[in-house]
Amino acid sequence: MDHSTRASHRIQGRSAAPGIALGPLVRLATAATQARQSRSVAAERDALDHALEMSKRDLAALADKVEDDDAEAVLSFQIALLEDENLVAPAYALIVAGEAADRAWAKAIDPEIANYDQADDPYFRGRASDLRDLRDRVLRRLAGEADQAVPPGAIVAADDMPPSVFLSTDWCDRGLVLRRGSPSSHVAILARSRGVPMLVGLDIDDLESGTDAILDGDAGMLIVDPDSSLRADYDRRLAAQAELRRAASAFTGPVLTASGERVQLMINVTGLAELRGLDPADVDGIGLMRTEFLFQARATLPTEQEQYQIYKQMLEWAKGKPVTIRTLDAGGDKPIPGLTRDGELNPFLGVRGVRLSLRHLDVFRLQLRALARAAVVGNLKVMIPMVTVPGELDRCRALLQDAVAELTREGLNAVMPPLGMMVEVPAAALMIEDFDADFFSIGSNDLVQYVMAASRDEPEFADLARPSRAVFNLIRRVTDHAARAGRDASLCGDLAGEPAQVAPLLDHGLRILSVAPGALAPVRAAIANYSGKDSEKTSAKPSGTT
Amino acid sequence: MRDAGMSKLRASVLMRHEVGLHARPSVKLTKLAKAFESKIDLGLSPDGPWVDAKSIVKVMATKAPKDSTIYFRAEGEDAKAALDALVMLVDGDFQDGP
Repeated sequence: MDHSTRASHRIQGRSAAPGIALGPLVRLATAATQARQSRSVAAERDALDHALEMSKRDLAALADKVEDDDAEAVLSFQIALLEDENLVAPAYALIVAGEAADRAWAKAIDPEIANYDQADDPYFRGRASDLRDLRDRVLRRLAGEADQAVPPGAIVAADDMPPSVFLSTDWCDRGLVLRRGSPSSHVAILARSRGVPMLVGLDIDDLESGTDAILDGDAGMLIVDPDSSLRADYDRRLAAQAELRRAASAFTGPVLTASGERVQLMINVTGLAELRGLDPADVDGIGLMRTEFLFQARATLPTEQEQYQIYKQMLEWAKGKPVTIRTLDAGGDKPIPGLTRDGELNPFLGVRGVRLSLRHLDVFRLQLRALARAAVVGNLKVMIPMVTVPGELDRCRALLQDAVAELTREGLNAVMPPLGMMVEVPAAALMIEDFDADFFSIGSNDLVQYVMAASRDEPEFADLARPSRAVFNLIRRVTDHAARAGRDASLCGDLAGEPAQVAPLLDHGLRILSVAPGALAPVRAAIANYSGKDSEKTSAKPSGTT
Repeated sequence: MRDAGMSKLRASVLMRHEVGLHARPSVKLTKLAKAFESKIDLGLSPDGPWVDAKSIVKVMATKAPKDSTIYFRAEGEDAKAALDALVMLVDGDFQDGP
């Protein structure tokens, strides 16, 4: 195509994270994720051979580059492990017995990880993460993902991106465009968390590296070859965005409204990686830790010890501030191979959240045990997703009490943490006083789509799948009941991260909001601008239709 | 298997490394052990249990703390040289030797 004849054109996608990025595009090659079609013993053995060899090469290349001694020691330890017959021989034996390469590798290394996890000496306990890292590195190689660095370029376009690649990339002033994925995928959550503008569901076929483009994460579109006036327009918006971020990052201390009322502002996270670089002093705690991502993209379910270590490290990070960990919320748009059901007619009305956990008690009990043990370490709260009727929460409470009793009998330290519920099913919000919950947290994403009977994933319903007066009415029911019962009510859905929704949420009695770390600054600013109920007269069109 | 009549040679050395048999010293020890043909075992008591001194997985799993005495036994053509080298490594606090 002749460059000079190209006109500016727009490609519509869906917004997965707000914000603007502009500059040259870089198109990533498709990862050969389908590389391992064959399941023969020989093919699986070759696949493992190759993955181990490539991992060894990657580690050696990294070891050449690092300059500090400790990093070098970890890398040479990992290389030595890959060269140890005692580690890899069991994996090959499992392959001969008919196991797939990825499962065989995980099964061979997981007992070693568990062994380190259980060490008394903190040094040896810490080595578990080196082995986990090694396990995941080889699994990534087996999945056909190269350990590639994302090349420079302001807007990265790809078919899909694994969370590991996202987390190892420097996203400063960059944006991401994916053909696949959804706003609730792990990478999308991470992008919102880091303030990286992101689009999904966008046709990237005709995009070429080096082309100038604008990613508008607010409007959900990509503008290719923008003309100079459009470009100038977005340059101004980008400068304003940068200014807002700079100004907002200067905020510290307690979050207050304009009239001096205290609001607790917490963060939503999916794992430890997002806590790096965040100071617990700047937030009021973790309002939602989504555990489903610990279960995804791996060959085996996480062990009790593995979960305990992660929960414990989150509590240690929070230094006594509350950490609300939600039990596995799989199903719906978050499938987990071997656990969730395939081919449900309507997954959002199917076996998901607590419904799934109560049908897989082996998996659920393990998680409750890990949580009861972690509760000893800090200010832990346990939250149950998708509760619809009081009996579900009662069963969870009984199971958690059983876990505490069982652990105590085994001589392990455990305590009963406060047990609360997500309020995201209209039936629960309507009869909220019937539930024996220690706290309530409103999940606005699902509440909105269930109340409005409109999927958030359907672009045509963008005007319908919004927080209407009906939704705010239910929010009010929950905050009123919580206030009467002397319990906390918070909101941890995406709604809390939209600065324009902050005033109506505060109007409806919420004083605890939990948002993606990337939304902390704008939400903080919106709270500081809030001067009480009179905002209802001016800006409280809570339907917020735009 | 070599000469069936060949007996196992033994040696022991006090480990004074400040932290114990951590990753870095273990990597050095197993690398050195692998440089020899002999079968070499490592233990924390004169009667074992014994683990393969060429395996990082096994050596690290002993989780040997500071001030442990490390016992070696070796069997093979170069058993004597192997034991001398390993004792020197541990005694020299795992410094990079010649």
